Parts: sequence; C-alpha cells; structure tokens
Amino acid sequence: MRTVCVVGAGMSTWGEVWRKSFRQLFVDAALEAIEKSGVDHLESLYIGCMSGGLFVHQEHLGSLMADYLGMAGIPATRVESACASGGLAVRSAYIEVASGMSDIVMASGVEKMTDCHGDDASAALATAADQEYEVFHGATFPGLYAMMAHAHMAKYGTTRQMLTAISVKNHFNGSMNPVAQYPFKVKPETVESSVMIADPLRILDCSPITDGAAAVILTTEEIAKKLGKPYIKIIGSGAATDTIQLAQRADMTTIKAATLAADRALRMAGKTLKDVNFAEVHDCFTIAELVILESIGLYAPGKAGAAILAGETALDGKFPINTSGGLKSKGHPVGATGVAQVVEVYKQLTGQAEGGRQLKSRPKIGMTQNMGGSGGSSVVHIMEVA
Amino acid sequence: MSQFSSRSWREYPQRYRGEASKFTKSGKTYYPPRTIDPETGDKEQTLVKLPDTGKVLTYTVIRVAPYQWGDNAPYGLAIVELTDGTRLMGQMADVNVDEIKIGMEVRVEFRRIQTEGHSGIISYGHKFTPKWW
Repeated sequence: MRTVCVVGAGMSTWGEVWRKSFRQLFVDAALEAIEKSGVDHLESLYIGCMSGGLFVHQEHLGSLMADYLGMAGIPATRVESACASGGLAVRSAYIEVASGMSDIVMASGVEKMTDCHGDDASAALATAADQEYEVFHGATFPGLYAMMAHAHMAKYGTTRQMLTAISVKNHFNGSMNPVAQYPFKVKPETVESSVMIADPLRILDCSPITDGAAAVILTTEEIAKKLGKPYIKIIGSGAATDTIQLAQRADMTTIKAATLAADRALRMAGKTLKDVNFAEVHDCFTIAELVILESIGLYAPGKAGAAILAGETALDGKFPINTSGGLKSKGHPVGATGVAQVVEVYKQLTGQAEGGRQLKSRPKIGMTQNMGGSGGSSVVHIMEVA
Repeated sequence: MSQFSSRSWREYPQRYRGEASKFTKSGKTYYPPRTIDPETGDKEQTLVKLPDTGKVLTYTVIRVAPYQWGDNAPYGLAIVELTDGTRLMGQMADVNVDEIKIGMEVRVEFRRIQTEGHSGIISYGHKFTPKWW
C-alpha cells in the first residue's frame, strides 16, 4: 500500500448556523480544504453523514455535494456509521489512495441538525441505537451513556468530580478554538448544577446538537511534497464493530469496538500508545471520554478518572485529550465529527492550531478515535509529522 | 413517520410471549431471538420462554424524554439480567425513580409501552417492577 498524506483541511462555521444550508456548510468546508491544500482537482469524494434523510429530508449526497462543489462528474460516496460516519469517510478515502485507485481524494463530513424540531433531531440521533429493543423502550442517547456511567461508578468508584473535570477541560480547550460552537469556559459548580438529563448525566456532560462540516484532502506523499503545503502522514487506520445493543455486551464499562479499532490502527502503524503524544476522542458525553481512555489502553480499567483529575489529559498534561474542545465544546454535527478530529490532529502536527491551544510539546504523533452509537462502531487513525 | 402494523406484529412472539433463542452448543440464551450464536457461530437452537425475574445490572432515570413519553418522564430505564443470564433493556414501572438501584430484584411484566408514530399503533411489551413478593 502507498503512503497516504493529509494536506489541507477545512471547516465550516459550527453551531446553530441558520443562515447556511446543508449543502453550503459542505461547500464552505470543502473549498477551504481545497484552497489550503493547493490541489486543482479531486479524483474522488467521500461524504460522512449520519442522516441527511431524517434531519433535512435529503439523501443522494454524492450527487448533491459534488455538484455544488462544481465537480459533478467525479465519483462520490456517502458513508454512514452513525456518529462514526466521518471517521469511516476518512478511512474510505485513505483506502482509495493507499490502494493506488486514486491520487487525490477528499474526505468530508457534514450534518445539518437544527433545521428540524429538537424532538425530531433526538429521534434521528436515536436511530443509532436499536430501534426495536432500545428506542422502543424509551432509551435516549444520554440514557444509554448514563447507564454506562452508573455501571462504571458501581464497579470502579468513578465520581461526579471526574466527569465534571472532563467537561471543564474540554470547554477550556474549546474556548481557544475559533470554530467551536460553545467557545467558553465552564466552572465545576456550573456543570454540577446544570439540569439533569438522564441520571447521572447533566446537560453539561452532553455534547450539543450542531450544524457543521469538515473536510481534508488525502493524497500520495509525492503529490503532497510537490504541493508545497504543510502535510502529515496517516500511518494507521483501524475500524471495528460491536453489538448495537448495550444490553448485549459482556462488560458495559468498556467499549470493545474502540479497543479493537485502536489495536488495529496501532499495529498497522507499528507503534504503541507510548509513541503517541495526544488524541482527539469521541466525548459525546463526559463518561464516554473516560471509558474510551481506558478502552484504548491509555489507562487501566478504573484508572482514567484519577488521571483526569490530576491533569494528565489537560492541554499541558502528559497526554492531552481533545485539544480542539472535543465534541462537548466544539460541537457535534454527527457526520462531520470524525473528519474534524483529523482536522485538529493535522493542525496540531503542522503547528497551525489557533487561539493559544497549539501544543507546546512539538507533538510527533496524534490519534483520532471516532465512535458510532453507544459503541457499536469505532474508527481510529494514527497520524505522524511528515 | 407512519408505520404499518406489520412492523409491530412481526415482533409479537418475543415482545408478547418473551420468546428467545437458546443455542445448543453454548447453552446461552439471546433476546430478541437471532439466527446465529455470536460467540460460537452455532445455528442450532430452540425457542425458549424467558424467565420472569432478574436483577438490575445498570439503570438511568430519563428526565428529558422522547416525545412519546413526555408525559411519563421521569422514568427509570434499566438493563436487567434474568435468572438464566439473558440481558434486556426496559422501563421500570410501579417504583419511585429515586429508589432504583443496581442489584435490585425485579419481575418482568407485560405492559403497554407506547403509541407508535402517526399511525397510533398501541404497542405492548415488557417492563420491570420491583420484586417485593
């Protein structure tokens, strides 16, 4: 397989972007990525999107997005794996370049979630769970992660303060990210007095509903060099699935799909977590970030909470997590999230992270972990400076 | 979205009668029924009826509910392990939500679950109640 590089990244405005349509969000992110990469054409396009159909009654995204990017004619593929759609779009584009099938491919993600009523947006998100045996019984996504949180608290003594620390840290990082939906700091007492959604998770434990898009250009090392723009290498890609129902997992305090995807990506890269300097992980809920750090093997089961409280995952900690602000502060347009994680790693590894959140440690290797549903799927990428 | 009743009545055997797959090789039971044992790949199975008692493995209290249950919130939602080891999710009923605990013993009861979509099909299935007798 050929070496694949990321050269150029773009993001639309993220938030409740009422003035921008579904297609315009995509075009904004795609044009920025193209401009920053210096490429003059695309050979193929991947679009991660969880549910254009349910959020804005629009499918057939390959045609729509290629057309409005002024590139009707190129092959375009919409990729779906719930909230891991973006990560899987990056992986699909990676495979297409690595295989030699194409030389210049865009991986993008987009979701338009605020054109519909909140009830309908929640119902659309709930389709990432088992409709007949979870949603049928009144499960919501905060509810599913809340059940993981209670199980984790009972097994390991995980505390409210540990979850709070994750929200506070991610909002601190996000306060320096110009595209973040909620770019402000929060105090621990604000998190702990915010409204209860599904015990023990409060609103400030939950990622928001967001409109947004992100895009990156993937190409060969030869072309990346010629373009003369900052680029990084993707050295590992791993994806995995698990049961869609939380109830059917042997252990509800860990996410096996994340373990498998991380192991596969690291093995492919010929690295261990000791070689990795920082990561963007899928903090759709505070408890998710804690469980992921244990699932990918950064901490032993039950040990992540204390490390988070000790500041190990802070911007100036020994293994910074979610320097972008994560899903919690930056926002979570579900199909775009996995691509935006790669955008952040690209920025950090090329020294382009804005607002004072650039890691001072000169990181060499970064990781992204994207997740679908309550852990029914996960995609991990390992990237290295060129 | 409007839905045809076929989507509901197709599920009656498992939702109304608690039918589950018990696989021959592993002896494990899965709810809802499935064709293949995910652990062994075994396809040989018998349909069994789920036991009607178990204990709460984990739970939450849904305070912001989907619109179908807006009037019911707050309600307890639990993952229960039945006496034969089968696990399933369902709502807690006839209990003060503040009294739900991990390890709590429950009974599986047949209850009204919701009115689905614009078609208004009334669906029934299991809920868990505290086992106090």
